[in-house]
Amino acid sequence: MSGTAVVEKKERVSVPFDYNKYLRPNKLPHIWCPGCGHGIVLKAMLRAIDKTGFSKDEICMISGIGCSSRTPGYVDFNTMHTLHGRALSFATGVKFANPRLKVIVVTGDGDALAIGGNHFIHTCRRNIDMTVVVMTNATYGMTGGQYSPTSPLETVATTSRYGNIEPPFDTCEMAKAAGASFVARGTAYHTLELEKTLHDAIMHKGTSVVDVIDACPTYFGRANKFKSTTHLMDVVEKDGTVNVKQADKLPPEKLEGKFLRGLLHKVDRPEYCEQYENLVMEKAKAK
Amino acid sequence: MGEAAKKLPRIVINEKFCKGCSICVDFCPTNVLEMKGSTVAVKDLGACTRCQLCDLRCPDFAIQVFD
Repeated sequence: MSGTAVVEKKERVSVPFDYNKYLRPNKLPHIWCPGCGHGIVLKAMLRAIDKTGFSKDEICMISGIGCSSRTPGYVDFNTMHTLHGRALSFATGVKFANPRLKVIVVTGDGDALAIGGNHFIHTCRRNIDMTVVVMTNATYGMTGGQYSPTSPLETVATTSRYGNIEPPFDTCEMAKAAGASFVARGTAYHTLELEKTLHDAIMHKGTSVVDVIDACPTYFGRANKFKSTTHLMDVVEKDGTVNVKQADKLPPEKLEGKFLRGLLHKVDRPEYCEQYENLVMEKAKAK
Repeated sequence: MGEAAKKLPRIVINEKFCKGCSICVDFCPTNVLEMKGSTVAVKDLGACTRCQLCDLRCPDFAIQVFD
């Protein structure tokens, strides 16, 4: 009896997990600061990829510039570290050249929404089959902690010493409006939930956008007077979000100012590469 | 309570990778871990319930719990 119980638990939690088979060991330890959520997201991503069953050669991981965009340097897939904000353009090229590859774009909130905002909306509009993981830490960590397009109002950053007065983007709402066929949100705190969300996003055919809220203890945490990494994770990721399944049961005042977690939007739309191939075949037959 | 209940888990800490963020110490529900200088160390292995929270939330690939 106890034997079966252990097996069930292992299947549910999927740890201890051998991360080394997907990592480049000579590149570790990584450069992220102590307590940075990007490492937790990377681990969830590796477990999700393992669950999908794709081999390392079938995955292509592409990133732009930024803290989160260092991710492809540590993983042993086909990887590209490209221009700031232009990861999605490179990814579109890769997917178009070889539609059999599973393309995963790892990007930060500034990289995806400010510098590459244009590429982001047009990728969503085309519905090309790729997974876009936007790591939202509301900070430009690599350049010294400036505020980003997702920094909440009144956030203190090196470029907003008296509090941010710019209203932030909602990544998921924007992706939905631009036409992405799978939109979800997760946090580094809810790591098992994130693993499932990322797995579903990778398996979905079409543009899947996953907004992952993770904490930057070095800049965001210190400037906004959070006592520790754990305090920051508790406030921003645990108390600042509500699972979409629980949201219906809660009164509206409890949802105020909170982000919804989980699968937010999923539709079936024609995928770009498939449409293009159909068109080519149709025209070739007509000749 | 058979022998399986007494069997202790094995917590493997990679001190070269640990950056001392103390996420594992703070999230451990049974206070198994403690900070020793700038790295984490096991304080009370007997209290470990194998919940794996330290393993799941470690950002640095520095801690793993084996049965």
